[in-house]
Amino acid sequence: MLATRRFKSLPLAPVIRRNSTAAGPPPPEGHSPTIATSQLLRSTKERALRTPGLVWNDDEPSNAIVSVGRECRKMNVYQSVRDALSIALTKNDNAVVFGEDIAFGGVFRCTMGLAEEFGRERVFNTPLTEQGIAGFAIGMALMGHTPIAEIQFADYIYPAFDQLVNEAAKIRYRSGGQFNVGGLTIRTPTMSVGHGGLYHSQSPEGFFMGASGLKVVIPRSPIQAKGLLLSAIRDPNPVIFMEPKILYRSAIEQVPIDDFELPLGRAETLVAGADLTLLTWGTPVYSCETALHMLADPPPALAPHVPESLRKAKVELIDLRSILPWDAEAITQSVSRTGRLVIVHEAGMTAGVGAEIAAEVQKRCFLRLAAPVKRVTGWDTPVALQFEKFYIPDAVRILDSIVETLSY
Amino acid sequence: MFRPLSSSRRLPLARQVHLGHLPHTRSPLVPTLSFFNSVTGSDEKIPTFRVLDGVGKPVDGAQLPEIDEAFARRLYENMQLLPTLDTVLYNVQRQGKISFHHGEEATVIGSAAALEPDDEVLGQYREMGVLLWRGFGIDSVFAQCFGNQDDTSGKGRQMPVHFGSPTHHFQTISSPLATQIPQAAGVGYALRRSPDRRSRSIAACYFGEGAASEGDFHAGLLLASTIPSPTLFIARNNGFAISTPSTEQYYGDGIASRGPGYGIDTVRVDGNDILAARRRTLEQGRAVLVEAMTYRVGHHSTSDDSFAYRQRSEVEDRKRIDNPLARFRLFLEAQGWWNAADEEELKARLKADVMKAFKHAESLTKPELGELFTDVYAGEEPWNITEQRKELTGLLKKYGETWEPWRTELARFKNKGQDLTQA
Repeated sequence: MLATRRFKSLPLAPVIRRNSTAAGPPPPEGHSPTIATSQLLRSTKERALRTPGLVWNDDEPSNAIVSVGRECRKMNVYQSVRDALSIALTKNDNAVVFGEDIAFGGVFRCTMGLAEEFGRERVFNTPLTEQGIAGFAIGMALMGHTPIAEIQFADYIYPAFDQLVNEAAKIRYRSGGQFNVGGLTIRTPTMSVGHGGLYHSQSPEGFFMGASGLKVVIPRSPIQAKGLLLSAIRDPNPVIFMEPKILYRSAIEQVPIDDFELPLGRAETLVAGADLTLLTWGTPVYSCETALHMLADPPPALAPHVPESLRKAKVELIDLRSILPWDAEAITQSVSRTGRLVIVHEAGMTAGVGAEIAAEVQKRCFLRLAAPVKRVTGWDTPVALQFEKFYIPDAVRILDSIVETLSY
Repeated sequence: MFRPLSSSRRLPLARQVHLGHLPHTRSPLVPTLSFFNSVTGSDEKIPTFRVLDGVGKPVDGAQLPEIDEAFARRLYENMQLLPTLDTVLYNVQRQGKISFHHGEEATVIGSAAALEPDDEVLGQYREMGVLLWRGFGIDSVFAQCFGNQDDTSGKGRQMPVHFGSPTHHFQTISSPLATQIPQAAGVGYALRRSPDRRSRSIAACYFGEGAASEGDFHAGLLLASTIPSPTLFIARNNGFAISTPSTEQYYGDGIASRGPGYGIDTVRVDGNDILAARRRTLEQGRAVLVEAMTYRVGHHSTSDDSFAYRQRSEVEDRKRIDNPLARFRLFLEAQGWWNAADEEELKARLKADVMKAFKHAESLTKPELGELFTDVYAGEEPWNITEQRKELTGLLKKYGETWEPWRTELARFKNKGQDLTQA
């Protein structure tokens, strides 16, 4: 049935190979990692339980430091989001989940079975009105409840912009701290899938970066999604939680089934290095991983463009995770060591999140910088459907920028 | 003395005792407390206007619009074209050749025929029928859906069925819902202010009942009524938006009940008969709201000849389905304007035309890659766009020939990216 206004039939399965470096068998470009084979994903229980920064949130606090023997289950991102929502609903009777089409499971299946499990009073469909959804959620949060609302696509969050930026972000401040909507969490699928065009590919995180009072979080994987979402739900501030939609099915990890949280406002270093800092969040994390692989071991077609002398370079890969507030300390600490920074995001360059970070880094690390801060981003155009492969920054563009910055 | 509110015992407002009016309103003052939750003044739902019954016969007391054989046949042929196109596009989408396809409603042809060819249309994404009626052509449909070099709607930038054609007075489609509704009020007002269009053209705005939940719906109707403009709002109500049934979209009496709230003349019709509504819009120079109770003609039910009807039982089937396409065909047959041979010929011809256009569209490349950067602005191009085009060009020169994934992708564009690299 194609009766979707928001293209819920947008097929995800065929687009897992988003990254152009993964296109076409046999790979003439060598065997660079893709999302499916990423080393950044914690595919064993042992690695999952060693996730940095993970804090157990047990009913019995005495067990909270014990990781050994905890159960994990293989999940993709939509399953881990569902798992987090289920935990939130179970542990907090004031928590409710709502949005367009979420009762049948949601366009991306993140709410599958929740309505049956927790009842329609707590998990329910709304009419198609994003401003209404945000306003309704703010109202519940004002009463101390825990609304977890879904905006079906981040591209459609703009009707809710007024409620989020003028209301959710400012209520605590304008009431002198008397009122707040700390219980509010807005989940929304973000970024490109490779064939979404203008209105199913956007990365609007930058638009919210100036809205102090809000937090903005983007996870990269199932473990991250679960831990960060539970933190977002429990954080005493309104949080916009953007889930990269191509990762819903393609990113798979062993995910601890217990209740746990990961810290907001903290970046995570995924690969340590001393020569260049590569900073990103969401889907491009995996393009960056591919680019690092290409740098160290370039396939023949790229080898002429990667000087031998640079192939041993140690690049530090950092996942920013929280866009607002962002972890300036971790980034500047890294750049102070490496002297070089490349920022990758899917949104356009102008006034993107990279602009803010570049400005702050040049202030804090001015004398340490050995090269200009480089941004690898979408172009300053809308996302054009048939042109997406040359719009979204891919591994080759990232590699090229790394080489250029290293040889500056 | 107060009685418990009982809607069935409620007095019609007009018959209540008059105590005069408040100074600034014509609202009569009354001594009885009476809640109301209906625009009909009773428990009755807003009625639905219908001309043809389930088997294509004019209903008692209905006045048929005057249409001749040629016009009726043209209507039917266009109505049949939609499911034919739909079936192919649907299958093409399933094969992954296009990213998306939305089902169409054959009855949209009826509304298209009631409009003048230069009435400005603001659609959602089920109004391909309006374009077909106006002569947009099957080739242009496929070119847009494939986003190939012949896509005049948006140079391959938009998802399938996001058409647009100034020639056909069909404004460019946007995926966000309901954004066209307040725009339609502005289009109508501009028409009123254009000497050559005033008293001649209207703005016709289509949307589904789901879109009517968006804030833009309310804003649009409010503006169109307070700033009078010849704008015809056509709400298609097919009973469900996405997976969510209309019972979860609204609690009131459909979309029609909202019109009077904005002081807008409103009618609910079966199908898409909007001839009278258009006339009213134009004559009054004010907005009119039509709630069209529609049915989607599903791809599967129309892809074969399962509708070939020769036996009474099959006619009964159709009556049960109450399919407007079938109803109109029965009407044509009753007039002696159509028969089984016509039907067979039409279906074969449409299928051949559609397949030919499909194959042609499939063989074409994407537009030139440089189109990625055009049309962001008119006039002088800002430096950032210019620099980013140069940046991509440099990367293509460096990697486009040797890096297989890029080379493969470049080959899909007209001139293989040389419009940038050879410039």
